[in-house]
Amino acid sequence: MKVLTLNFLTCAVKACKSSPASHPLHPKDAELVQDELEVNPDMIVNVLPRLDWTALRTTSSELGFPPLPDQPPTAEELEADDKKLKDLHHLLLETSISEGKLVCGNCGHEYAVKEGIANFLLPSHLV
Amino acid sequence: MEFIIKFAQTHETFRVAEIESLAVVEKLDLKIIEYDADSPVCVVQLPSVEDAKRLIKRSILAQSIHELWGQGLTLDELHESVKKNTPHLWPQYKMACFKFDMDAYRGAHTSKGRLAIINTFSYLPFEGPISLSKPNEVFTVFEQWKHNSVPLGIEFPDKIWMGRFLANSARDLVLKYDLKKRDYISTTSMDSELALITANISLAAPGKMFYDPFAGTGSFPIACAHFGAMTWGSDIDGRSMRGDGAKKSLYGNFEQYGLRAGFGDVFTSDMTNSPMRRVPMWDGIVADPPYGVREGLRVLGLKDPEKTPWLIEAGIKKGKDPDYVPPKKPYSFLAMLDDILVFASETLVENGRVSFWMPTANDEDQEIPMPTHPCLETVSVCVQAFYKWSRRLITYRRIPNREVSQAALEAYAARQKVVNTGTSADDLNPFRNGYFKGFKTDE
Ligand SMILES: C[S@@+](CC[C@H](N)C(=O)[O-])C[C@H]1O[C@@H](n2cnc3c(N)ncnc32)[C@H](O)[C@@H]1O
Repeated sequence: MKVLTLNFLTCAVKACKSSPASHPLHPKDAELVQDELEVNPDMIVNVLPRLDWTALRTTSSELGFPPLPDQPPTAEELEADDKKLKDLHHLLLETSISEGKLVCGNCGHEYAVKEGIANFLLPSHLV
Repeated sequence: MEFIIKFAQTHETFRVAEIESLAVVEKLDLKIIEYDADSPVCVVQLPSVEDAKRLIKRSILAQSIHELWGQGLTLDELHESVKKNTPHLWPQYKMACFKFDMDAYRGAHTSKGRLAIINTFSYLPFEGPISLSKPNEVFTVFEQWKHNSVPLGIEFPDKIWMGRFLANSARDLVLKYDLKKRDYISTTSMDSELALITANISLAAPGKMFYDPFAGTGSFPIACAHFGAMTWGSDIDGRSMRGDGAKKSLYGNFEQYGLRAGFGDVFTSDMTNSPMRRVPMWDGIVADPPYGVREGLRVLGLKDPEKTPWLIEAGIKKGKDPDYVPPKKPYSFLAMLDDILVFASETLVENGRVSFWMPTANDEDQEIPMPTHPCLETVSVCVQAFYKWSRRLITYRRIPNREVSQAALEAYAARQKVVNTGTSADDLNPFRNGYFKGFKTDE
């Protein structure tokens, strides 16, 4: 599961959705893989305003990346600075969790990730 | 300028929806001047030849686009119109290597007859060589004949057009993505033609993000990725996406077609208990939800929690085991349609589109009503007819918030509160009900 995807997801338990603690899910025992992909500047610029930047900073530091700035870069900054664009591309799209767990900070439920595919199915008492 | 679009003779009700969507993708000022579902010839207006080529380059249902030179109800009328409209174009083709072609819909000509018609254009001052195999310019005479014109001995077509060929469409993609040649498919994989059309109608394009909440083997994400979108998918059945792994998996299909860059992610999830954040993030949502024809639609939960407390216990105790399979219960198809629209209204960006497939009616001809949502405006409804039933591809546009009617929103919320949630798949699923009663299929 890519870091970008993690930014879009939260706990599947309905009661957790309204709690700020449920986002982002926290990686646990995570194995990371890096997959080289062509940079897609349009896509990155498009996705920028849809990101929860604060959550991305949390995820990035939890996965051991150097700290991200407080504020997201602007589209202009990314277009002007190739390194910034590539770094963000690397974090969002080239870095994935292949094995491990994703833990909700609100209810503590753990979602397993196997071969890069996370499982968000819930047992009956959480539905 | 006016142009002739020549359509393939299939999926008639999808043609205009596809072409109009492609005009939106390419930001073209398109006007449909003349179109009748009964004819594969459509006349459109666009600002330039370049625009015409752009319009057609991704189309699955069009075959080609041509610069319109003339039209008429008879050959004489056609010539009159060519002579009136195009003399200023003639000098450009004076020395061009060219040929003439005939395309008679529902009509037939002997080769002599074709030649005779072509020769009536001899007033055009073309002095270049004629080449049947490698012409630089192709002029095509399109005819539209009445149904059964050959056995009925009808002598003349109803309508004739002539145009200069500009470009072919992307129709060859249907073969490229043919399920027969795909490494990983299942019985419910969407055929390549309809998946590609769905991607076009939902405006998949480079830089955009698309999501299929019923991804299965990935037909829609693959089609959207082909057109440059980055795609995500999820399914309640993790195995349907994993397959047997490697080549025989959803991701394997992306690799087979060299679409790795268009693969976002897939994950296992129930549409009605989705982990997706409810913020605008998708440019498009595409889906083929289960109709419950072969099996009742299911979602997470217990059908009868009071009667099966041990299932709850098992979930509490074993819920974390990697092999634990959570229980599922029947669910109403209509409720699922509403869920999809609510989800789309919450997660589409402004003017983003959601396109999904649903059956038109049960076999007692009770139409399944099209779901509505105050934040979503219907863009198109296309119908695919089978022998005993039909299904439709419905597409909505996310209306920008400032244009959404507040009163409609409140009415919608009030209505949602009283929608009942029953338990039996049959009660809840009119299509499945009719299907089994009417067709007496095994179960
Ligand atoms: C008609 S198939 C879609 C097939 C897909 N378009 C493909 O090309 O393979 C419907 C899919 O929905 C999935 N499904 C059924 N119930 C679901 C639910 N509640 N949430 C998410 N997916 C579900 C099924 O597992 C199945 O893969």
